[in-house]
Amino acid sequence: MAEKLKKSQIADVDRGVYDIKNDFEYSYKSDAGLTEDVIREIWENKNEPKWMLEARLKSLEIYNQLDIPNWVPDISGLHMDNIVTYVKPKTDMKGSWDEVPEDIKDTFDRLGIPEAEKTTLAGVGAQYDSEMVYHSLQEDLKKQGVVYMDMETALNEYEDIVHQYWMTLIKPTDHKFAALHGAVWSSGSFVYIPEGVQVDIPLQSYFRLNAPGAGQFEHTMIIVEKGASVHFIEGCSAPKYNVANLHAGAVELFVKENARLRYSTIENWSKNMYNMNTKRALVDKNGTIEWVSGSFGSHVSCLYPTSILRGEGAHCEFTGVTFAGEGQFLDTGSGVVHAAPYTTSNVNTKSISKSGGAAIYRGMVNIEKNADHAKSTVSCESLMLDEISQSDTIPSIKVDNDNVDLGHEAKIGRISDEAIFYLMTRGISEEEARAMLVRGFVEPISKELPLEYAVEMNNLISLELEGSIG
Amino acid sequence: MGDKLLQVSDLHVSVDEKEILKGINLTINKGEIHVVMGTNGAGKSTLANAIMGNPQYTVTKGNVWFDGQDITDKAVNDRGKAGIFMSFQSPISIPGITVENFIRTAKSMVIGKQIRALAFKRELKAKMDELSFDTSYAQRYVNEGFSGGERKKNEILQMSILDPKLAILDETDSGLDVDAVRIVSEGVSRFHNENNSVLIITHHNSILQNLKPDFVHILINGKIVKTGDASLVNEIEQNGYDAYKTLA
Repeated sequence: MAEKLKKSQIADVDRGVYDIKNDFEYSYKSDAGLTEDVIREIWENKNEPKWMLEARLKSLEIYNQLDIPNWVPDISGLHMDNIVTYVKPKTDMKGSWDEVPEDIKDTFDRLGIPEAEKTTLAGVGAQYDSEMVYHSLQEDLKKQGVVYMDMETALNEYEDIVHQYWMTLIKPTDHKFAALHGAVWSSGSFVYIPEGVQVDIPLQSYFRLNAPGAGQFEHTMIIVEKGASVHFIEGCSAPKYNVANLHAGAVELFVKENARLRYSTIENWSKNMYNMNTKRALVDKNGTIEWVSGSFGSHVSCLYPTSILRGEGAHCEFTGVTFAGEGQFLDTGSGVVHAAPYTTSNVNTKSISKSGGAAIYRGMVNIEKNADHAKSTVSCESLMLDEISQSDTIPSIKVDNDNVDLGHEAKIGRISDEAIFYLMTRGISEEEARAMLVRGFVEPISKELPLEYAVEMNNLISLELEGSIG
Repeated sequence: MGDKLLQVSDLHVSVDEKEILKGINLTINKGEIHVVMGTNGAGKSTLANAIMGNPQYTVTKGNVWFDGQDITDKAVNDRGKAGIFMSFQSPISIPGITVENFIRTAKSMVIGKQIRALAFKRELKAKMDELSFDTSYAQRYVNEGFSGGERKKNEILQMSILDPKLAILDETDSGLDVDAVRIVSEGVSRFHNENNSVLIITHHNSILQNLKPDFVHILINGKIVKTGDASLVNEIEQNGYDAYKTLA
């Protein structure tokens, strides 16, 4: 029989609507380099309180002292002096869809945001470049005391709360990109769920970079008070540019006693993006943080959402999927610090690499001295779709207590010829068989995603598989 | 009867450069049931895989004709679409793909058009009931955590829904208890009619309790050394292959 199965490769993902680039007028553009003057300019322009200027300048000082962390993959293509750190669209905050300028609306229309809002979403905060341009929240949530707004407004209206929590979880001294963030942060979301309030419908935010060379430094702060619960969805998508782009956001999540927060993200940056995002959650007694994290885009990603379980019985559930294609180096993972007795964590990740892409799992589990009866399970599975792609698992486990239950499992594999043969005997083409097997591989993750993201992910995986039969 | 469905002529097949089949000739007409028996390692599974087009098996000489076409060089899925089905000896599990999704996708491919989800659900449930197959398994991942018997039932379920022209059962009865063998045998019996054909590879006559083979072939050392009627099965059960080994 002449039929031979040759190595197949998945062609580049068609990014479709996500590569729309709009002409846009900017009302304000700071100098490309990062100086104290730039920071003061940003601060003055934004009418922030005095303590924020001090925080920004302190961060800049730290930024200038710190080296690029040594765990970072090659980021020599990123020239910080070329990054325009602050771009403010020529529009102010808008309360209703009608008032949003046409070209911005057009972009969001193509991203399907208003439709999404009409159906299941409680509020939409869409960040266009560095400022929120559209924001709404359903009335009944407002009545319950739920706050969902952009960070700038929160800094004015809820200054005390913001000040109390501001960069307490992610400190500028943590690493160079955290310091950079502290110096130049702009916009982002602020969510406050009062004690006992259960928000049934997810809050959703879209972030989008539009200016060539512009970095995005949004700050997200979510506080879920005692016994409250919420699901926050963050979606990211950016048009493609030739100039290197940097994303160095910060996400600080505070989950109080018996509270529950689910934080879902799909990061789908364009292929020139350096994604240096920092995300952390602090969880009190019997609280639960659930991360659902999808990393698809970007040129280089360093993303390790970390949960600090400081209250007895606190729980972390991390579900992640990473998909690295040609030219991508996605170094992702998760960290859990067990800092109290009976804390539990469950980390479950899958990665796919193809066409020379690299998908690395970098994980950390720290079990501290007082964490009696802590329990941690980590499972990482990687799928390499060809010979030239790369996959690795780099776990770090530190245990200072003997009375713990710990499990770590890592698997790296390829699609088996046997599985492809089995599917093909049922009339399924080789290309479809491969796509089905890849979709099946990530299925446990995609079923955790909100529907529209699950669809987006499946579209991403319904790649054109170039099977050669000769 | 008399309409040629499958014609294997002078088929030589190698696996990893080692010749396993050494010139097989086999003709199966529409409506017939054929049984292939033989010692371990004789090449029975190789014959099944070669007809199905498994790329691990290399045809070095000879041809396979199916339904009037030379399929020797056809891709596996084209053979599936043409109406050849193979029930695997050890079906693998496929994480993340449910039984329902898998069979519906396959059915769409075989008939060349999308099928309605609801109508399909009904058909699937009916066929599962026939096989005493717990219908909750439709939502489970293909063969994940299935017992040996459940995997084989799953194969027969796929066969009954895909409705092939030729079903090749590669030791479908092996490792099954008496009840499971009976269910499988009944399933094949329900499937079989004058327009389709069945090729059963087996060591035992128990799978044949509901079926009447038209021809029984003894395969030894890569060659069919004897072809006879159903009585050959009982003879082998009683006397073994010793008498035929010298013929190879």
